[in-house]
Amino acid sequence: MAYSFPEEVLEHVFSFLHSDRDRNAVSLVCKSWYEIDRWSRRRVFIGNCYAISPRAVIRRFPEVRSIKIKGKPHFADFNLVPDGWGGYVFPWITAMASSYPWLEEIHLKRMVVTNACLELIAKSFKNFRVLVLSTCEGFSTDGLASIAANCRNLRELDLRDSEVDDLSGHWLSHFPDSYTSLVSLNISCLGSEVSFSALERLVSRCPNLRSLSLNQAVPIDRIACLLRQAPQLIELGTGAYNAELRPDVFSSLSGAFSCLKELRSLSGFWDAVPAYIPAVYSVCSGITSLNLSYTTMQNPDLTKLVSQCPNLQQLWVLDYIEDCGLEAVAASCKDLRELRVFPSDPYEEDEFDIALTERGLVSVSEGCTNLQSVLYFCHQMSNAALISIAQNRPNLTRFRLCIIEPRSPDYLTLQPLDAGFGAIVEHCKGLRRLSLSGLLTDRVFEYIGTHAKKLEMLSVAFAGESDLGLHLVLSGCESLRKLEIRDCPFGDKALLANAEKLETMRSLWMSSCSVSFGACKLLCRRMPRLNVEVIDETSEVAESRPESFTVQKLYIYRSVAGPRLDMPDYVLSMEEESPDLIG
Amino acid sequence: MEGGGLGLEITELRLGLPGATAVVTGKSEKKRAFSDLTDGDDDRKAAAPVAKSQVVGWPPVCSYRRKNATAEGSKSRCMKVSMDGAIYLRKIDLSLHKGYSELVTAVEKLFECYGLGEGLKDEERGERNKLIYEDKDGDWMLVGDVPWKMFIESCKRLRVMKRSEAKDLGLSKERDFLRGTFQLKDC
Repeated sequence: MAYSFPEEVLEHVFSFLHSDRDRNAVSLVCKSWYEIDRWSRRRVFIGNCYAISPRAVIRRFPEVRSIKIKGKPHFADFNLVPDGWGGYVFPWITAMASSYPWLEEIHLKRMVVTNACLELIAKSFKNFRVLVLSTCEGFSTDGLASIAANCRNLRELDLRDSEVDDLSGHWLSHFPDSYTSLVSLNISCLGSEVSFSALERLVSRCPNLRSLSLNQAVPIDRIACLLRQAPQLIELGTGAYNAELRPDVFSSLSGAFSCLKELRSLSGFWDAVPAYIPAVYSVCSGITSLNLSYTTMQNPDLTKLVSQCPNLQQLWVLDYIEDCGLEAVAASCKDLRELRVFPSDPYEEDEFDIALTERGLVSVSEGCTNLQSVLYFCHQMSNAALISIAQNRPNLTRFRLCIIEPRSPDYLTLQPLDAGFGAIVEHCKGLRRLSLSGLLTDRVFEYIGTHAKKLEMLSVAFAGESDLGLHLVLSGCESLRKLEIRDCPFGDKALLANAEKLETMRSLWMSSCSVSFGACKLLCRRMPRLNVEVIDETSEVAESRPESFTVQKLYIYRSVAGPRLDMPDYVLSMEEESPDLIG
Repeated sequence: MEGGGLGLEITELRLGLPGATAVVTGKSEKKRAFSDLTDGDDDRKAAAPVAKSQVVGWPPVCSYRRKNATAEGSKSRCMKVSMDGAIYLRKIDLSLHKGYSELVTAVEKLFECYGLGEGLKDEERGERNKLIYEDKDGDWMLVGDVPWKMFIESCKRLRVMKRSEAKDLGLSKERDFLRGTFQLKDC
């Protein structure tokens, strides 16, 4: 076009676009915009590591500085994905080691990371700055030692919720004395004790340290001296918060906390002893994020702490908070945006013995006008409560409700909870994520298909009556990207009728449903750019399975890389089962 | 909804609508003295068909969270405490207390029922409630029987019971050795 801007100008304009979607849109305008975008793209997000090959990413975006990759399906968090399934990051690291020498950031979620990967990272990227391993596994503290020893420009090391083979705390001492650039350290998932003196020296020589999440092994009487070295902290995760009350330890701790003028986020508090909690009161007025989901503290101490935080935006807590505590939250924490209430005892055999019911959530929905995101575990729910919540908070964007007993009806009317969830999707027009629970018929899927136009992720368990339910969701939810289903009577018909839809989504997981082996093969034949993987842990040989055999677990995802090559024996790619497929 | 070929057998779930009878789990079948005395709210209990522990991956709590809840290194000994007439159970962490007197004080505070300590020390005189506990074998015993350390190991749950009922069920009689012992066994 004659009036085109020079490339440099366009590149500058594009640099203001931060969302991947916007940049993707830009790259579709014309060839020159595509080229400018690909050379200037610095951040890449790979939602499914098997959707594309590392080579293909590197070929298209040669100058990436930051990459985020996700591996296993979400239900792996709940032990539904067997060991050895996949999600290995090694091929990505090797490819990037030779092609992205200037890579600065690696963010991984649900991936298998080995020590070899960590060593390769430490050796290959001279300007490496950020390593975030979220819910990863496969490495030990030896791998961490390589990172500590070699990454001179490291800013962030965040191991959140990863499973680390914790051989010893010695790895921390591998940060050289000359290393001073630490900004964020999260080791809360580690079990063993790190050398406290090494930790203290590290904290004292890193003046830019803003976020520090300790592990349980750091005792309460050591926190004060750490905090004194880092009064600039914005985020703090304490270690174990538990000891006999000693006035000297208390006043030292209290004094140290009062120096943290910029603290905004608190977490940790394992085994918290109520007597030590007042030591943090001085920071409460500035706190915007509080994670008490690992502490066994109960009321009244728990509620007392939370009510002292008027600027709270994010609260993660156990059901020890009870309805009364949530009422206090609704009254005191007017800027609350995200609430997560986890079950203190998920396998509780007696019901109704925790004083947390639907009432707590209703209170918060009434009192907290900025509430957008909810994750709530409870034992009882009613349609009336859900309708209230929906009417109170049409601005909800994430709503995940887990009524612990599968198929629980409305406890007041004994009706299904269709109407309640229907109200949620009808009123909350911006809803992007939804998890259902309780007794639900196909009706609820009718509501979802009709109203949930912005819904991107849906989780369903023990719900529905027939294929119609699945069909209504797949045909109605225009924005759907991820669908995960377990223990629902959904089968072949809905799946095959909506085969094309599956290619517009990232992935579909179905376990303990009614999909047949034959339908999986058929689907794979019809949709060449879908990987259809059947997980079957029984010992029978694949060939002997009849077409009508009901698959245990099914994972379908779109991919331009073809079937993956690293499947364990219990994962069958339907591609192999359908030899007449045109490649 | 029910029927073969749905693959639902795999989950070992028994489909049950509200009102279905409760499924007995792996718990001990031993008849406990107070099983008949529990709450009368049977309607709510009836809507509880399946033991959650039988269903894989449910409730959907992340593995690292479940690990933390029952961490091996965790020293917490959280016990359920129920009281006759109270709808909701409370929980008490035994590891936070050094002995019986502290425990009793904590329970009194939780339920606002004072005088529990008196009941422990002197059976005959105390007119108030009694604190009892269920041990590893499923037997209900008076709190204060055994050395503290042994108590922490074997206690599974606690209950504040009306003194009169405890007597009727023969608890007092069996624990005669408590009479005359004014010293609670704190170890």
